[in-house]
Amino acid sequence: MKKKKGAQKIVFKSEKDFPLMPMSIGSMLFNKTGAWRNIKPVINLEKCIQCGICWKFCPDVAIFIEKEWPVIDYEYCKGCGLCAEECPTKCIAMVEEEK
Amino acid sequence: MAKLKELAAMEDRLVAGHGMCLGCGIPLIFKIILRATEDPLIIANATGCLEVCTTIFPRTSWNVTWIHSAFENAASTIAGVEAMYKALKRKGKIPEDKKIKFLGVGGDGGTYDIGLQALSGAVERGHDIVYVCYDNNAYANTGGQRSSATPLGASATTSPQGLKSPGKMQRRKDLTRILVAHNIPYVAQASPIRWQDLYNKAKKAFEVEGPAFLNVLCLCPTEWKYDESQGIRLAQTAIDTCVWPLYEVEDGKYKINYKPKEKKPVLEWLKPQGRFRHLFKEENASFLEEIQKQVDEDWEELNKLASL
Repeated sequence: MKKKKGAQKIVFKSEKDFPLMPMSIGSMLFNKTGAWRNIKPVINLEKCIQCGICWKFCPDVAIFIEKEWPVIDYEYCKGCGLCAEECPTKCIAMVEEEK
Repeated sequence: MAKLKELAAMEDRLVAGHGMCLGCGIPLIFKIILRATEDPLIIANATGCLEVCTTIFPRTSWNVTWIHSAFENAASTIAGVEAMYKALKRKGKIPEDKKIKFLGVGGDGGTYDIGLQALSGAVERGHDIVYVCYDNNAYANTGGQRSSATPLGASATTSPQGLKSPGKMQRRKDLTRILVAHNIPYVAQASPIRWQDLYNKAKKAFEVEGPAFLNVLCLCPTEWKYDESQGIRLAQTAIDTCVWPLYEVEDGKYKINYKPKEKKPVLEWLKPQGRFRHLFKEENASFLEEIQKQVDEDWEELNKLASL
């Protein structure tokens, strides 16, 4: 998984801590959108043909290609199901999230 | 020709954690476009879904220099930035040969309606910028009001379907052709599902001297009201039915990039979408014919222009 920087908590204790201009001082990586998910994709790597289509169609930038194999980042996956629908070998299954 | 794996190995310029809807089409577009250049990039973003979802104070999803501008002036903001860098180069404050790319971004509301005069002015002045419009056919950020990109017959919150009205009564505006009429070096219409085509077009747009414009169809499960996992198939029917033809115009010369082997009836595009559901009632049958007629006319006209 790629190294994530700038994802720490930002606390404003007083008005002086605010930036002088309306500007961003941290990364949205802090916002763990994986909590939105109801169903989650699971990859069966035995059937995977390393085409990269799941990477291309992931709107949440939550699939990485690591050493030629796809890896899902469950901290950010929102569970839309586009990857499972578009996988040419149907090796991604959408399973119910455990409560 | 770029390979998908090479693109996947590049660093993300739009990172995860943004608050866009499930199955949103905007990140699919910018995943490819932001990889089409390796030079430093400056982005001016008009108000819209992309802007509010990626920059919630005090954080940002962008790994590039990014400026927020008001709804109407993304094009003039990026034109001003380009002019500033030109002046800095002239004064010798930054090296003359340093390549910096400038990108203006707006949704269909901020481009078709509100930002049209700023965009028209910026491209007329000949700034070396690229403007990308992600067209999702409505003001999706504020609750789906109709824009001039909303197609005929679609139900939007300010053109709702009901007993007296079958949704929007007017045709959509053909913005790509309006930009062609400005005689700028490069104008193209693309779709994120044909990534190679979109990548080539973005690369050409960044490399060309002078203004370039890309109009990209953007999936919107919230306003189009379809099952979000079916999005890519829906986008495929958009180009197979010729509702959204893929073409480019280089120095006034039209070229169609994708011709479907068999042109499908427009019903296949309308059926999965909830915003067109009312058209399948008996009393609105004449509307379906009219939509098909208009799509055929537009496609014929485009073919005529491409064969010149």
